[in-house]
Amino acid sequence: MIPELGHFALILALLLAVVQAAFPLAGSLSGNRPWMTMARPLAYGQLTMIAVAFAALTQAFLTSDFSVLYVAEHSNTLLPTIYKISAVWGGHEGSLLLWVLMMAAWGAAVAAFSGNLPLTVVARVISVQGMVAIGFLLFMLLTSNPFERLFPVPPEGRDLNPLLQDPGLAIHPPMLYMGYVGFSVAFAFAVAALIGGRLDAAWARWSRPWTTVAWVFLTIGIMLGSWWAYYELGWGGWWFWDPVENASLMPWLVGTALIHSLAVTEKRAAFKSWTVLLAICAFSLSLLGTFLVRSGVLTSVHAFATDPSRGLFILIFLCIVVGGSLALYAWRAPEVSDGGQFGVVSRESALLGNNLIFVAFTVLVLFGTLAPLIYEAFNWGKISVGFPWFNKMFLALSPFLAVLIGLGPATRWKGDNPMRVLKTLWWALALSIVVLAVSALPLFGHGSLWVPVGLALAAWLFFAHVAIVRERLRNKGGLARMGPAILADLRGSGRSFYGMVTAHVGVAMFVVGVTVLSNDQLEEDVRMSPGDSHELAGYRFEFLGAQPAPGPNYMAQRGEFKVYRGDREVTRLYPEKRAYMGGGMPMTEAAIDPGLFRDIYVSLGEPVGDDGDWALRLYYKPFVRWIWLGAILMALGGVLAVSDPRYRLAGARARKPAADAAAATA
Amino acid sequence: MKARQKRLIFVGVAVVGVGIAASLALSALNSNIAYFFSPSQVHAGEHPTDAVFRVGGLVVEDTLKRQQDGLTVRFDVTDNARTVPVSYTGILPDLFGEGQGVVAKGRIGEDGVFYADQVLAKHDESYMPPEVEDTLQTAHAKGAVETAVQSMPAAGNTVTQ
Repeated sequence: MIPELGHFALILALLLAVVQAAFPLAGSLSGNRPWMTMARPLAYGQLTMIAVAFAALTQAFLTSDFSVLYVAEHSNTLLPTIYKISAVWGGHEGSLLLWVLMMAAWGAAVAAFSGNLPLTVVARVISVQGMVAIGFLLFMLLTSNPFERLFPVPPEGRDLNPLLQDPGLAIHPPMLYMGYVGFSVAFAFAVAALIGGRLDAAWARWSRPWTTVAWVFLTIGIMLGSWWAYYELGWGGWWFWDPVENASLMPWLVGTALIHSLAVTEKRAAFKSWTVLLAICAFSLSLLGTFLVRSGVLTSVHAFATDPSRGLFILIFLCIVVGGSLALYAWRAPEVSDGGQFGVVSRESALLGNNLIFVAFTVLVLFGTLAPLIYEAFNWGKISVGFPWFNKMFLALSPFLAVLIGLGPATRWKGDNPMRVLKTLWWALALSIVVLAVSALPLFGHGSLWVPVGLALAAWLFFAHVAIVRERLRNKGGLARMGPAILADLRGSGRSFYGMVTAHVGVAMFVVGVTVLSNDQLEEDVRMSPGDSHELAGYRFEFLGAQPAPGPNYMAQRGEFKVYRGDREVTRLYPEKRAYMGGGMPMTEAAIDPGLFRDIYVSLGEPVGDDGDWALRLYYKPFVRWIWLGAILMALGGVLAVSDPRYRLAGARARKPAADAAAATA
Repeated sequence: MKARQKRLIFVGVAVVGVGIAASLALSALNSNIAYFFSPSQVHAGEHPTDAVFRVGGLVVEDTLKRQQDGLTVRFDVTDNARTVPVSYTGILPDLFGEGQGVVAKGRIGEDGVFYADQVLAKHDESYMPPEVEDTLQTAHAKGAVETAVQSMPAAGNTVTQ
């Protein structure tokens, strides 16, 4: 009964979405106020309906109702409760339901926190979101209904894929989807602006916080995915350039370009049509990512069980969204004046450079991801693109990006004197050259030139931002009184500035992590008997043997290791090899001793021979945490920027744009 | 006039830059792609002898053998028409097993053994790599035709599926 209720709620949500797509928009075009005021209640209604459907599916999981096909395929009575909940989005149908739930939540959030926007804008934005919702709800109801019944009812479910039985992966998809779907808000704002023909600084200021929040979620989502892959897959890597990872990276790259280009549009009313185009691309790439993941056209380690009709549906939907919005863009964008002029040395130039590099990154990732499809379409053979190619491409462009990140915020809008910029940054430049020289000394034995270059770029990023903060606080007491001055600034209008600084320092950390890790990490596959020792990177791993260890829904072999550095015992590690009862498929549970400067990582391969020997993989991973800490800092920077009083959303205090612009440029 | 010239120069530089970048990216791509060949294609000699490529199919039952060092494994990969012996040193992915679909990446040795440096793992046990599925279907279709042809003169020489 309850599953049918959920199904019914989904159908109602679809009907509401149709109304939501049609009436507020029609009202905004014809000036019919009652129709426009329908937008907000419709957005809330949409959220309610989908929440009911989601609750119904969750209930089916909690009560192990295996008469629901989706539950039978992704759950099991032995599954711990927490994973019964996360299993709701452990498969294709449920993850789509989570997706539409989040989309409805974003819609309701726009409705709730848009008190200071003109009603026409709100009506149009919510209408556009309704259109997107129609697409996804139709997709669910036609090709992937999570409430489909199964008869006869099996006594036991098939179990959740053991890889997904992990806290990291329980929260990774929701975060990622929040980001993906969040870009639908930026998209809706862009399309609404195109429909209204009103693209100005005010539009940028309205859509900017939403875009940044979506970007923050996506950053966290990708970071969690990378972290999860690192400890759960047992391969010790943090990024594999897998099509599915790329699918999440592309919207992030364009989204990053978008939040920077929005800054120009807000502050200088320039780059307007470009910004709109990026907003359209960010969401289109989210959809493309969904298509790639769900259609199974690419070989990927992620791969949901696939169905050609699903791929076709998303492809058609993608064409409608991309084609429709681009047509609208082609029709409307030429009418948009292109705003302020700017000199060669100006912040606009730096941000333009940033945008070009991020778009280049996106094109490269897109091309590398789709190359196998292109080759196959032309009958050139079946290929896979090795990840050295991606690495090479990113390495070639990243140094320019890093230099620009340091220069941009130090430069003034519109035009600046190169000597003034140099005066601010000279010591950051000097320090990074020192870092370059010192780390290139043969003493450190870095075989590759990339280590000194990477470290120098990270130093440049860091010190340049210290210099930029110092420049901002020049008249407030200099370095000595920097702390209190920053705090005072944070209470005032400085939050988006410090958000930017935090995010950029995050980039510096990320660069350090990637540089050191990729050059100095060690990995070894060994065979060890109980009592054996093996040395790696100055650590001695002593294997004490493996014992059976039962878990709630699996049986494990648990290895025991003592790790020594010299004579000192550093840690004990207990890697596991699990066999889950539902599917009987084995799972490697790596054991990691995390540290700020290095991780020690052991994963069990398989038993060898009859004497308790095991094939094992030992890793030494220096600075790997810096990669994720960097990403966390970037996300924190985004949060800080959004909290800037300038964007105060719900306050409904419609402030004068002029006053804002003045505060921003000050 | 000046703004126009500026714009032209900008566009020109951009076009040249993108062109150079694209050609660099493409030439780098050529040395980084790995083509896929089925065991039948390998037997027909279609594979490169001096480059990395991928071979995929099902792991033949009872062929998985561990070598003396405990880390090197040997197994046969089949598309149900031909088989290729594969050697791999290291830890196999969790979902690796006899009768399962695999894709191995590496080079072929002079001895006809495929020395893999990567064996592809899957997240989901019911998932089959698209290449492997294609391969099996092609072999299946061919096999069916061959069976039909062969079964005309003399029954018994059937291709097992």
